[in-house]
Order: sequence, then C-alpha cells, then structure tokens
Amino acid sequence: MNPVMNKVSFTVNGAARTLEVDTRTTLLDALREHLRLTGTKKGCDHGQCGACTVIVDGRRVNSCLTLAVMHEGGSVTTVEGLGMPDKLHPMQAAFVKHDGYQCGYCTPGQICSAVAVLEEIKAGIPSHVTASLADAPRATNAEMRERMSGNICRCGAYSNILDAMAEVAGQRTAGQQNGKDPA
Amino acid sequence: MKFDTPAGTNPIDQLKVVGKATDRIDGPLKTTGTAPYAYERHGVVANQAYGFILGAGIAKGRITALDAAAARAVPGVIAVVTAENAGKLGKGKWNTAALLGGPEIQHYHQAVALVVAETFEQARDAAGLIRVAYQAENGAYDLAAARDGATVAKDEPDSAIGDFAGAFAAAPVRLDATYTTPDQGHAMMEPHATIAAWNGDKLTLWTSNQMINWGVKDVAQTLGMPEENIRLISPYIGGGFGGKLFVRSDALMAALGAKAAGRPVKVALTRPLMFNNTTHRPATIQRIRIGATRDGRITAIGHESWSGDLPGGKPETAVQQTRLLYAGANRLTAMRLAVLDLPEGNAMRAPGEAPGLMALEVAMDEMAEKLGMDPIQFRILNDTQEDPEKPGRPFSQRQLIACLQQGAQRFGWAKRNPKPASVREGRWLVGMGVAAGFRNNLVTKSAARVRLDGQGMVTVETDMTDIGTGTYTIIAQTAAETMGVPLDKVAVRLGDSGFPVSCGSGGQWGANNSTAGVYAACMKLRQAVARKLGFNAAEPRFADGQVSSGGHTVPLGQAARDGELVAEDMIEYGDLDKKYQQSTFAGHFVEVAVDVATGEVRLRRMLAVCAAGRILNPKSARSQVIGAMTMGAGAALMEELAVDKRRGFFVNHDLAGYEVPVHADIPHQEVVFLDEVDPISSPMKAKGVGELGICGVGAAVANAIYNATGVRVRDYPITLDKILDHLPDIA
Repeated sequence: MNPVMNKVSFTVNGAARTLEVDTRTTLLDALREHLRLTGTKKGCDHGQCGACTVIVDGRRVNSCLTLAVMHEGGSVTTVEGLGMPDKLHPMQAAFVKHDGYQCGYCTPGQICSAVAVLEEIKAGIPSHVTASLADAPRATNAEMRERMSGNICRCGAYSNILDAMAEVAGQRTAGQQNGKDPA
Repeated sequence: MKFDTPAGTNPIDQLKVVGKATDRIDGPLKTTGTAPYAYERHGVVANQAYGFILGAGIAKGRITALDAAAARAVPGVIAVVTAENAGKLGKGKWNTAALLGGPEIQHYHQAVALVVAETFEQARDAAGLIRVAYQAENGAYDLAAARDGATVAKDEPDSAIGDFAGAFAAAPVRLDATYTTPDQGHAMMEPHATIAAWNGDKLTLWTSNQMINWGVKDVAQTLGMPEENIRLISPYIGGGFGGKLFVRSDALMAALGAKAAGRPVKVALTRPLMFNNTTHRPATIQRIRIGATRDGRITAIGHESWSGDLPGGKPETAVQQTRLLYAGANRLTAMRLAVLDLPEGNAMRAPGEAPGLMALEVAMDEMAEKLGMDPIQFRILNDTQEDPEKPGRPFSQRQLIACLQQGAQRFGWAKRNPKPASVREGRWLVGMGVAAGFRNNLVTKSAARVRLDGQGMVTVETDMTDIGTGTYTIIAQTAAETMGVPLDKVAVRLGDSGFPVSCGSGGQWGANNSTAGVYAACMKLRQAVARKLGFNAAEPRFADGQVSSGGHTVPLGQAARDGELVAEDMIEYGDLDKKYQQSTFAGHFVEVAVDVATGEVRLRRMLAVCAAGRILNPKSARSQVIGAMTMGAGAALMEELAVDKRRGFFVNHDLAGYEVPVHADIPHQEVVFLDEVDPISSPMKAKGVGELGICGVGAAVANAIYNATGVRVRDYPITLDKILDHLPDIA
C-alpha cells in the first residue's frame, strides 16, 4: 500500500513552511528529515527523554509524540529559532556560561524546555510541587527541577542547568542556590 | 616525543590558558543545535536512504526461516539485508558476539535484518512485516545460578599476597559480606547511528564512536577489506560512557545496506533496541572479607567477584581497586566468569571500579562500625603510599587522606551522628555517608598534527573524540599555551580517521594523553617555526601571538608566510607507569533524607573532593565529576536492567523502564579539586578525571542511607522496597 500523503502548512521559527508528508511522519522527523532542522534531537522517539522538545503555539511538546499533519496552521519554535551561534538566546548563553551540557545531545531539548518552564511559571501554571494553588508559583529550585524532569541528561549536567536557569530567571545568583532538598 | 623521565618545567607550566576555567569552544554550536551528530549529516552525501534494524526475538538458538517477501513488497523498500545475503562477515576484535545474527542467534535483539527504504516510515513499517521463525535453545541467564560453574577468566589470574586465609581467621575483628550489583545500561542520549556511503571499494562512515582507530580496524576485519579503504568520521558524539567504544550494528548494517541499495544509507538504533542489541555493564556478585586488629589496622583483605558474559567475553573487573586502595599484609583477589547468554557485557564508565567500589566502600563502612571507628579515620589509618602488592613501588601522587579530610571539613562531617537512625527532621530520617574514590590513570600513545597559517592561526588535527568530555576545549587550551596564542587563534578538528591516531576516549585516559600528544606536535611546530624564522637561539619565546629570540620579535604567522607549516608528532611513554602506580583519588560525601513512612530516598547534598593531577579546564572537569556523581547516584538508587531469566533478555529496555536520574533527583553538587601536578604522568602533569566521579559515590549514598535509617542494603539498587520493612516505627 502506498503511503498516505498529506499537505501541511505551519510556521517554523517565524518562516511559513509547507510540506507534503507521510501521515505517519512525526513533527520531529518533519523537522529533522524534511526541513533539515537537526537541532531538535531524537533520543528515544517515545516521549521518554525530552531531547525532541520544541515549543508549539507557546507550549513545549515532545515532537516525537505528535504527528506533523496535526499542526496545520501551527507555530513551531525550535532551538535554532531561539538563537544561533552569533546571536545566542539568553538561555543558550547561560548554558554556555554555566556548562549546562556535556555531549550536547539533550541540550536543545533542555534549552527549549527551560525557556518554556520559566514562561509557565510566569503564567502562574502550577506543578506537582507547587505548595499552594492560591499563590503564584515562583522559580524555586524545586519548581524548576520538577518541571525539567522530563528532559533527561545522561551526562548529568542537572546541577549546572539549574544554575543557568536560575540566572535567567533572575531569582538568585549562581552558586547560591544550595537550598536544602527536601525541606 | 618519548616521555620516559618525569616532566621538568615546560611551556604548559605557564598556565596562561591551561588550568583556567574556560567555556567550551563548541558551546555555541551545541546550545544552538548546530553541532552535527552522525544521523544528521544531510549535506555530506546526496541521496541518503533510510535503514531500520530488526532484532532477534530469542536469546539463543537458530533462525529456521526468515520471510521478507511482505517487507520487500512495501512501496519504497529498496533492499533487505540478512545474514543470508550479506556475504561472508568477520567479527571485530572488540566485539564478543557477531553484529549480524543468523542463522545462529547469540543474544536477544541481535540484529537479524535491515530494511532499506526511501523513507524512515516505510523502512520501519516493512521491518515489522518480516517473519522470522526460530528454533530456540536453552541458555543461561541467571548469574546467581551460574555462579558455581564460573571459571577463572583468561588473563585475569587471582592475586595473593601473604597468607590471607590464615590472617583472616586470626583477625580479632572480621567482616565477611556479599554484595550484588545489577546489569546497567549506558543509556547515552544519542542512539548509536551511522550514515554509510560507498565510493567504489572505499567506505565512509559518519558515525558516533569513541575510538576511531579501533573502529576502522574492526570495520575492516568485519567486512574483510583493507583499513585504508575505510574512513570513520565522528566529530560530535552524543554521549558514550563506554557504549560507543566499539563498532556496533548501526555501522555494519548501514555499510551492508548501502552496498545492497547502491546508495548511501543511514541507520540509527531505536531506543528499545539499544539495551539488548548493544553492550551493558555486567552484574556482579562480590564477596568481601576484611580482617583487622582491634585498633583498626587491616591485616587481611579479600575481594572475590563473579560476573557473566557471552562465550569469549570478559569479567567485570570489580576487584581491581582492592589490590591498590588500602594497606594490609595479607591479600586476596579473584574473579570468576560464568557463561551467560544475555547480551554482551562490556565497559561502562569506570568498568571494574564503579561496581567494585560500590561493594568495597560499603564493606569499609561496615568494618568501621564493627571497630567502633569513624569511617574516615578507619580509611586514613589504612592508607598506603606504595603499591601494597609491591612494596617499594610508590604512587606518583596519592592525596586520598587530604581528599577525605578536606571533604569532612567542608561537608560538616563532625556534625554527623554515628548512631544510625538518630537524626529526624519531620518525616525525614537524615544521614551522611562517605566513601573513597579511586580510579587508575592510564597512559597510552596519542598523536596529533598541527598547522600554522600566515595569519597565525593554529589548527590541530587528531582522531581524538569529544564525547561530552570537553576535549575540543582542552586541546585548544594546550595548543594555545604551547604556541603562545590566544584561544580564538586555535581551531580544533577531531574524530576523523584521516587524522593522526590518538588515544581515543575511554577509561578516563583521553584528556591527559590526547593533550600530551598535541603538546608534542606543538613542540615540533615550534622548532619548525624557529628554523623558518632563522632563530638559532635554543629557546625562542612564544607569547602573545609572537615569537621572540635574541632581541627580535615577529608575529607567529610570519613563519608561515611562504606557506603553511605543518608538524606531526605523538606522545609515547616509557616505563614510568611501571615504576610508579598512577591513580586518581576522591573523597565522596553524601547527605540523604529518607521518608520514614515510604522509604523514599532523597539526595540532599553531594560533595566530591578530587586529587587527579593538573586540572586542564576546571569548568569542564567539574562537569565531568558532577555528571559521574549523577550516574553513580543512579547506580545506587534506581538503575537495574531487569533480567527475564526464562527468555533471557533485559525487560526494561527503554528510558521509561530503565530509570536514570532526572532533574528532580539531583541536588546541587559541589566539587573541589586539590592542587596537584603529577610530573610522572605526562608533560601535561594531568591525569584522568572523567570516571573518578562515579567511583565510590554509590557507596557513599548507601552508607548515608544506612546512617539515616539503620538499614544496610547490600543489593543494588537501593530501592524503597528493600528499606521499607526495616524502617523504624513511625513515632
């Protein structure tokens, strides 16, 4: 049986893109294989690692868990859309400064998640560790760690990623976030 | 450059660039997703087709029939490769099992077919339509059951010093305990992946491999072709941890698929295939016996370990560190290897020491308690400054005592209550644990080529790899220091078999050896520069992008005004590693809180104090250590490949089932590097640090849990089900 093909148009990093794709094609593979935006990584293809995290219509998603054809008219931001080597996004610059990565493979997903997490906190969206639903959540260590836990870093840069996020969040300066967990 | 006498003062000692905390030079690429990994190289060769691997559905036996007709009929399918049509294949030196199975199957998920198609979706669909009939055979899958039949492994004899049995029997204080560690997976974030392209009889593999030269040799051996016809390119590697030391099925199947399809083919292992298709850290059963005098001096120390592997495989060398870490006149180590038909066991970050110290350093904690001694004092009392098996053979540097003492002070060890289960904060039982970290420093030859152009730009080429370790940056620092140029005047090109053969990345030997090789090449380039500039003085000065001699100063680039200057050299070693024991040391400190009702363990604080020679880039070295501490925390608390002992495979073969630490599991981590230069090690005076961080940390977690709860778990990982029944009553 020939594959079922479908046309889909969406915006990627501000540019309008139209693709004719196999309906089985994930958003991740549409980005990596069709648009050759390989900054978004395939770590598990099963929504278990977070390496493929991109921002779709303002919310972060695992792009391996959603089909490309489901995003007609949507707006996708990938790591390349946040910044490029000659003009880094503040979160990308903070990751470099705090060495919030090692092999670099989970990094684009971590950065997309980190940017979206701070927006989620700012928007007042609670998480599992938010103590009170009545109060606005704050970018505490516990909040950021909880919300970032869908992004695995096997190199183990977590402590540095948190320093980078804390700096961007402007909550505290790096190194002074040695809060007791749990408490 | 032959390194056979301890290093004197050399250009690296200027420490203008080396030794400074430096942002990674590849940082802007990695943080923007523009560093190209193996599967992503759309631009390197046109017309790439997609390959998808099918893994065996049994652990041991034979394929009786393989029907690929339905797969071949899928639109877009170009080729199906199986053992039947792949032609004669050899086996690489570093592989235990064949990378393509059939008709014989040696382990579960051994590759049995590759489908090549126009698209990924078509290849995946078609692979699912291949029908394989098997004749399964009984295999051995249970280490505990196979333990009694285990034998001495080739090249791994027992070690015996003095009279262990007699001294142990006579010791007034004794410990005899058995510990187990489970099979563990590397679970690096980038799956094994390769793009293969043939040009006549020449093969290029864009792949993800830690050891380029091993890879070339093993591809040559497997495909039966000359090494010079093979090129491996691996500039960015999304983690390895030992899992990418060797050529795996992605590379072989991509090469075979490209040949069958007549066009380039790219293949990535799917995540669920990785755990059984590739290698893992083998499980161990370890028996440790320690005998001591009442005042805490070890008189007998014995460590035996049992592990399993496929026929022809190797043991997990879990007893290694016990030969060197503590004093004691009567010593015994032994390893026994059982044949298991599980997937291939092999190196994972700090093979040997990582699981070995998870047992030994808990045993030391248990022994200290029996002696009524502080566990740090017990370790200090039994420190040795010479190889305990070879008196008179010193350590090149050994600052274990300083690691433990400084760590104790920083961590607030004095506040630890030695009585277990006696600190309570609300629902949390709180405890502290300590362990020694130990990992050897291995020296091995490593080569590099250095180019100088007319603009004074220095370009380093070596087949060395950066697997997240920070190689790009420390090599740039080394070249910048030696040639007297700023960091941005150095370009580093890695991971290409067209470049001089390096030590590669593994066994925490990469940093010291690869930078020493670059240093050697740069020193040769300095000579060429001096010659070209007509500087006859013995030692021209290279600084600030200029060369000075006898009152003359010219820009470095002037030496290349008539054309590029190129120098190539390697570091080679004499017998300093025989005369001296070269090792790295750490003191690991951990504070945990254990939920008194649920047994949930939370890490509160982690500190490692490390002594590992000169630290070339404190920023990336610290990251190596915290990353290893994180992996060690996973080993202590959650990581376990669950064995199906009936069907012979790892059940939890994805990242949902095989749990690794996530953000919420890891607290702020602190690392201290003691001032140390080791002139015995290399001209860099550095040693390895990438694995030291995982060595001992798991035991520190276990010891902290014991201190918090009074529950001693000797079977890793320490999951809450092993604690729950033994927790104190909830008051």
